[in-house]
Amino acid sequence: MVTRLDYLKETPSQTAGPYVHIGMTPNWSGISGVIPEDLGSQVVTDGVKGERITVAGRVVDGGGNPVSDCVVEIWQADAGGIYNSPAEHRTGADPHCIGWGRQAADENGRFVFDTIKPGAVPAPNGGFMAPHITFWIVARGINIGLQTRMYFSDEADANRKDPILAKARMIGRDGTMIGQREGDSVTFDIYLQGENETVFLDI
Amino acid sequence: MNDRLANARAEAGAFMERDHSQHPPAYAPGYKSSVLRAPKQARISFASTLSEKTGPAFGHNMLGELDNDLIVNYAKPGEEAIGQRIVVHGQLLDQNAKPVPNVLIEFWQANAGGRYRHKREGYRAVLDPNFGGFGRTITDENGYYWFRTVKPGAYPWPNGVNDWRPAHIHFSLFGSGFAQRLISQMYFEGDPMIAICPIVNTISDKAAIDRLVARLDMNNTIPMDLRAYRFDIVLRGRRSTFFENRPEGN
Repeated sequence: MVTRLDYLKETPSQTAGPYVHIGMTPNWSGISGVIPEDLGSQVVTDGVKGERITVAGRVVDGGGNPVSDCVVEIWQADAGGIYNSPAEHRTGADPHCIGWGRQAADENGRFVFDTIKPGAVPAPNGGFMAPHITFWIVARGINIGLQTRMYFSDEADANRKDPILAKARMIGRDGTMIGQREGDSVTFDIYLQGENETVFLDI
Repeated sequence: MNDRLANARAEAGAFMERDHSQHPPAYAPGYKSSVLRAPKQARISFASTLSEKTGPAFGHNMLGELDNDLIVNYAKPGEEAIGQRIVVHGQLLDQNAKPVPNVLIEFWQANAGGRYRHKREGYRAVLDPNFGGFGRTITDENGYYWFRTVKPGAYPWPNGVNDWRPAHIHFSLFGSGFAQRLISQMYFEGDPMIAICPIVNTISDKAAIDRLVARLDMNNTIPMDLRAYRFDIVLRGRRSTFFENRPEGN
């Protein structure tokens, strides 16, 4: 008699399709009057603690074309490295840092988030992970949402000690996960395929 | 975090590894758009950290009264969308068969003729002035959800010269952790278009495809009003954390 472990199987993913905006950014897609404002348009609200930054970039396909129909979501900790989430076991998250944002890319595949620089978050085996923002990208032609992380170019010391970046460094690709900071702007271009292909994660 | 006191509030458990045999691969050439949009390199795997175990939460007070009623939420006062009236309902569970309460579900679809309300859409089937095609809800304490809509029509698309999508409703799902984030599509029992759809067939496991097919539910059908379809959804489950701290998550 074999022991049965009756775990259910996860519902399979399917592409979000070219009209993903109807469901995720309805006002952007021209469906007004159903909800007052598209969800995720503000990552932080007035009074948030921390350094205000703009995170912007382009999503590009394997032919060098902009992915003009994608939707990008981000998830990040507050300036103290605490997540504003019921699943966060620590207390004291900044109530003005929602930590989650969603933007439809424009015709050039470009997205922009106004947010704050997150603090360092504890690593599973002690120590800290370097400051980072989790990204999730869906679009026509993407069968299962693509997950990656953006780290910061002005955090070289912390980045060297980060356990996830270390895995990417072993295959010479950690540079694709670093957002380039200049003043208050961080640039993070995402290449889905080919030369400079961004590291994607199975999290 | 090795020095945490035994009685400290437990951290939510890491997620079970995603079983990619149940999902489509990134590169699926029968679905042409995937060819240039599929990464060529392998994904990097790691056990979930706090960044994946946590996720945003949305309160029930965010919802408008008509957010889960696509028959009227875009219609002019006193009017309704044209089409086959249905209610879609089900339960959101995790892999441990534990209900997932209080999480956001968003859905979108074409109208009864297969036409989407979107600026980049050019199909000749007409728009319904009383149908927007967008809705959302938050699961109740037992993980249940429901919404009213009209059954969407099949829809032609430029893949092969004569490819048509089966009738479908798109779903976007949040869980309690960002690692559970999922987008999928729901199909309707008995639709002959399911078996020949290149997007459906990006999934190689027939049993997995079957789990995307909503069942006609005559016991919840409202006589002389609308038919019911049942669609249960499963998100990734959390592992127990016996050694990190106290058992938690299932």
